[in-house]
Amino acid sequence: MFQKILTSALFAGVAAGLIAALLQFWLVTPVLLEGEEYETGAKSHYAGVLVINEAEGNGSEGAAEEAEEAEEEEAENPRARHGMTAAVNVITFTGFGLILVAGFALASQFGATVTARSGIIWGLAGFIAVQLAPSAGLYPELPGTPAADVVLRQYWWVTTVVATVVGLAFIAFGKAPWLPLAGVALMAAPHVIGAPHLDGYAGVAPPELAALFVARTLAVGCAAWAVLGCIAGHFWSRAQAA
Amino acid sequence: MTTLTQTQAETRAGLLPILGAAAFGIGLLFFTGFAQATVFHDTAHDTRHAIAFPCH
Repeated sequence: MFQKILTSALFAGVAAGLIAALLQFWLVTPVLLEGEEYETGAKSHYAGVLVINEAEGNGSEGAAEEAEEAEEEEAENPRARHGMTAAVNVITFTGFGLILVAGFALASQFGATVTARSGIIWGLAGFIAVQLAPSAGLYPELPGTPAADVVLRQYWWVTTVVATVVGLAFIAFGKAPWLPLAGVALMAAPHVIGAPHLDGYAGVAPPELAALFVARTLAVGCAAWAVLGCIAGHFWSRAQAA
Repeated sequence: MTTLTQTQAETRAGLLPILGAAAFGIGLLFFTGFAQATVFHDTAHDTRHAIAFPCH
């Protein structure tokens, strides 16, 4: 059983991780790198609009130097950086895949069968639990976005993901009529409590860029999770039939 | 009675690899998504932002 789960999760995780990385390089990384230029001060939000910026000395020398250094580092090693990103995507999606296929195996104990096609639904549910639901409280951050304490955010993130997974499972598999309602309540609870946030706004990047980043991370995540679920479902159903 | 005990035993035997696989997955995600040590953070930085893990 363990080997079946491992094999399906590995195939699906590697494929989905590589596809996620390709989609990120195409759609997300350019926005992320531009966001970093605002983070380091190499670019300034109103630079093209307001001359005041220059008079006030926005993008001070220190920041500009730092930006240059960062750019040099980036120019030296973009391949290493993006190679790491691809590798981390593969490992991350293998991690997601292991949990997803463990879910298939658990469902199969109760007589549910998962195929490539129904695997897509599982994958989309994973996307809802791991990316969409937490984003409603903690939006995906463009580099340079100030945010509340990272550990508090991680607690809220984990709580939300777990609550959403359990809530979705209640809705999908709950036999008693009150279970889906309990599922909805569970999914809503972390948002009623609220995610940790700073008072006020202090982002340095243009809102257009931050909005584009959020939209694209969600779109890419949705596609990658659908691929993960589909491939995991395919290998799982083959392993079950064997 | 025997059947019931057997079924329970089978279910328990089936749960162990499932929990093991899920725990392995969570372990991988801890390093790519959560560990704050500089080496993990820097390596995983762009992926964390792209998947919207709380990064720093």
